[in-house]
Amino acid sequence: MESVEYSPNTPLEYQSETGRLNILGFWIFLGAEIALFSTLFATYLVLVGRTAGGPGPEELFEISGVLIETFLLLTSSFTCGLAIHYMRNHSLKGVFLWIGVTLALGLGFLGFEIYEFVHYIHEGAALTTSAYWSGFFVLVGTHGAHVTMGIAWISLILIQLKQRGLTPDTTRKVFISSLYWHFLDVVWIFIFTAVYLYGMVM
Amino acid sequence: MSNNEQTNSHSHFPWSHLIGFGLSIVLTLLALWVGFASDFSFRTIMIIVVILALIQAAIQLLMFMHITESDSSRIQVGTILYAVFIAVAIVAGTIWVMSFGMHNMNM
Amino acid sequence: MKLDEFFVTGDPLIYGADVSIALTMIGAIFVLTYFKKWKWLWTEWLTTVDHKKLGVMYIIAAVLMLFRGGVDALLMRAQLTVPDSSFLDANHYNEIFTTHGTIMIIFMAMPFLIGLINVVVPLQIGARDVAYPFLNAVSFWTFFMGAMLFNISFVIGGSPSAGWTSYVPLAGLELSPGVGQNYYLLGLQIAGIGTLLTGINFLVTILKMRVPSMKLMQMPMFTWSSLITMVIIIFAFPVLTVALALMTFDRLFGSHFFTMMDGGMPMLWANLFWIWGHPEVYIVILPAFGMFSEIISTFARKTLFGYKAMVYSMVVIAGLSFLVWVHHFFTMGAGGAVNSFFSITTMLIAVPTGVKIFNWLFTLYKGRIRFTTAMLWSLAFIPNFVIGGVTGVMLAMAAADYQYHNTYFLVAHFHYVLISGTVYACFAGLYFWYPKMFNHRLNERLGKWSFWIFVAGFNLCFFPMYFLGLAGMPRRIYTYGIGDGWMSLNVLATFGGVLMGIGFLILVYNIYYSFRYSPRETTGDPWDARTLEWSTPAPVPHYNFAHLPEAKGHDAFWIMKEEKKQGKAPEKKPYKPIHMPSYSGVPIIMSVFFFTAGFGMVFSWHWMSILGLVGVLATMVIRSFDYDKGFYVSVEEIEETEKKTTL
Ligand code: HEM
Ligand SMILES: [Cu+2]
Repeated sequence: MESVEYSPNTPLEYQSETGRLNILGFWIFLGAEIALFSTLFATYLVLVGRTAGGPGPEELFEISGVLIETFLLLTSSFTCGLAIHYMRNHSLKGVFLWIGVTLALGLGFLGFEIYEFVHYIHEGAALTTSAYWSGFFVLVGTHGAHVTMGIAWISLILIQLKQRGLTPDTTRKVFISSLYWHFLDVVWIFIFTAVYLYGMVM
Repeated sequence: MSNNEQTNSHSHFPWSHLIGFGLSIVLTLLALWVGFASDFSFRTIMIIVVILALIQAAIQLLMFMHITESDSSRIQVGTILYAVFIAVAIVAGTIWVMSFGMHNMNM
Repeated sequence: MKLDEFFVTGDPLIYGADVSIALTMIGAIFVLTYFKKWKWLWTEWLTTVDHKKLGVMYIIAAVLMLFRGGVDALLMRAQLTVPDSSFLDANHYNEIFTTHGTIMIIFMAMPFLIGLINVVVPLQIGARDVAYPFLNAVSFWTFFMGAMLFNISFVIGGSPSAGWTSYVPLAGLELSPGVGQNYYLLGLQIAGIGTLLTGINFLVTILKMRVPSMKLMQMPMFTWSSLITMVIIIFAFPVLTVALALMTFDRLFGSHFFTMMDGGMPMLWANLFWIWGHPEVYIVILPAFGMFSEIISTFARKTLFGYKAMVYSMVVIAGLSFLVWVHHFFTMGAGGAVNSFFSITTMLIAVPTGVKIFNWLFTLYKGRIRFTTAMLWSLAFIPNFVIGGVTGVMLAMAAADYQYHNTYFLVAHFHYVLISGTVYACFAGLYFWYPKMFNHRLNERLGKWSFWIFVAGFNLCFFPMYFLGLAGMPRRIYTYGIGDGWMSLNVLATFGGVLMGIGFLILVYNIYYSFRYSPRETTGDPWDARTLEWSTPAPVPHYNFAHLPEAKGHDAFWIMKEEKKQGKAPEKKPYKPIHMPSYSGVPIIMSVFFFTAGFGMVFSWHWMSILGLVGVLATMVIRSFDYDKGFYVSVEEIEETEKKTTL
């Protein structure tokens, strides 16, 4: 390997060429994800009001459920940040603890979201009901699918952490997955604003 | 920028995370208040809550994701800014184009 | 589903294709088995992560697709030559122009360019590989499997027939109930994954893997153009991903994005498609600009004129290309303000393009020009592309476009930019970099024959189409009446098309001929060229550079040669072990699963889609647990290799 000396302050994940390249590449991937979600938002916003005589958001959205989802995800983003903080202090236990909490909160979020979806479908608002609900389910559902992927991915990384401890490779993976997790929170903030607040205030 | 600057917060209490978390909670509640309790016009409300969302996104990027920390921070920041330009072009452009000259876009 | 619905039947052309596909496959299997080449194929090619080999595979696939797309084109020309022709029926004609357009843009132009970028860019920047060699293989194989999925629609299930733009409601479930449109959606989706990965991979490669001495503003122009292209890919392809997914949901799961009923908006599809579609045309033209820049400067024996202006004009193009998409549907009725805005941005984008034309002309000015085949293609590009660009600006005027839109005038415009831009560039690049890839040159005499015949054929074929358009001939019609008065120009066009076909066949023959008879290269620098890829020996070792080269300005290799002439030979340093990535079978296996999932979705065989998706996820998990760190090339091996190659 390169015989570069790293200052002890350099986090492990930046200490290998692969680490630096992959982290940068992931940021660029997040740029692409922004374009992807923008397209979904644009579609959703254009389809607002096109309920074809079926139920509309103002009848079905409930602020309490949405707020619980929002705070679960916000908090999970915070705990995920804490995990990275402990990782940089070389505390494997701290990483396990806070990632564990993050995953639990993520699962909680998913649970509430699934409940919400099932509820809407019961009330007669499904993917196939109208253009509006197609837009809603695909935008919010894509976010939910990302959260699901995130949970599965981070769980796999936990196994690797257990097997190998904190190395430049494992810390890189933890760090990259944390970027992904925070990003999902950012997307949710916009869903909260453009879907729920907009839908309820209108 | 060098790697050394990555975290002076090493081994200290994670203040920046805590502040970021507090701010996001406050901003979320503020958005709620603007949406439900204020008596601004619909337009003003939407403008304010979108701005609040953008601030929250910036907090995540800066305080949680450490976008400025690595050797490549300029590329990272540039990527995200360009992505924001694209996002605005796609969202605003699509809404404008698909409104077919009608000014009431909420129909 | 009955077997005779599964296989496309009833048309002798298709039976012929079935037979020839089966024979080719049997032939390939026989040859591989007879010469005991299976193992070699797997270990050297199918599992490779070497950017040079991946590049070659991209190019081979692209040439095959050019052949398929070309056959489609000639079938269309045959049908349109005379009025009231009954060679093809309406539906068959629709299928052919749909597959022609899709294949040419997605499965020919892009992979051809990406292939050349793969071979050349890492060498130009003095890198030993790309940033993510494994992902590079994933990119290639997903592209390849996507292309195969799209292509089998021809014999299994039926081809899409709603145009490469797939406008709804025509492409919707009611009007296109068959599986053809599903093939379009899934084939493009799978190939699109690969393209996005290529975008990220090469962006990071160019930004981070350059030799440390090469500054951004010293990069070769082809590298610059690739960089900008990658930026456009990264932000444009997600839009296509979403648009395709939404239409897939409409067709398979009953959602209402683009339907006529329940609030759907068919015109939203056109909007999303072109948000990707216009940047896409710049994705296929910018690398071409880059190649012409390299070739013109090499064979005019001058540094490129206006380097900075070239770079900045591409940066402007990258930004503007996302702000012009509505010019593809001015006639949709978005209103005066919208049309005016997009009309102006469209005209603006012609300005940086024009700047580049002047730069090439000034590079040629007072140059000592060598008329090689690569250079001939580049020279022919300039006037032909100007014709395409000027007519583009005519189309950009919204009010005038109401007349031109969807006529042969438009068809002529985009073939003038795409063929004389992208296709000429692919040919020029192929002739130029061929010795880097295969260690021998393509024959120049055959090359010039193919050049002149193709260029003459191209202009004969497409110039008349401007006038057909002005005379009112709409695009995408399968026949016309004798009274329309379009026959003589159509005959001319078909004649030109045949010439282009002959030109292409000569090129293919040239590949065979040169493989047999061209002398092998004795130097890595056959053209007396200027950039770092030519500093590598022939053949290029798999680690590219034994020592990393030093870049002291633009045209880094030229500077090295000048210094050598002045006696300043670089000192000989001892070799050090070189780290290289390991080959992997995961990318191809993962892509086969993608194919399986896609095929299942085309036919709504859910068990098969789930199987495929589970396979994809499983290969990802396997990859995640794989901590392979690559290997080191030992100093002995480097010495051995360097002795065998000639500089
Ligand atoms: C000088 C700059 C250019 C301008 C001002 C321009 C303008 C236009 C306009 C206004 C249209 C739509 C016309 C209509 O549908 O009625 C169009 C179509 C098209 N252009 Fe260009 N163009 C330019 C360069 C290019 C380049 C460089 C390419 C690709 C290499 C390209 C490829 C296409 C394609 C493929 C279509 C038609 C797609 C379809 O409808 O199937 N154009 N162009
Ligand atoms: Cu365009």
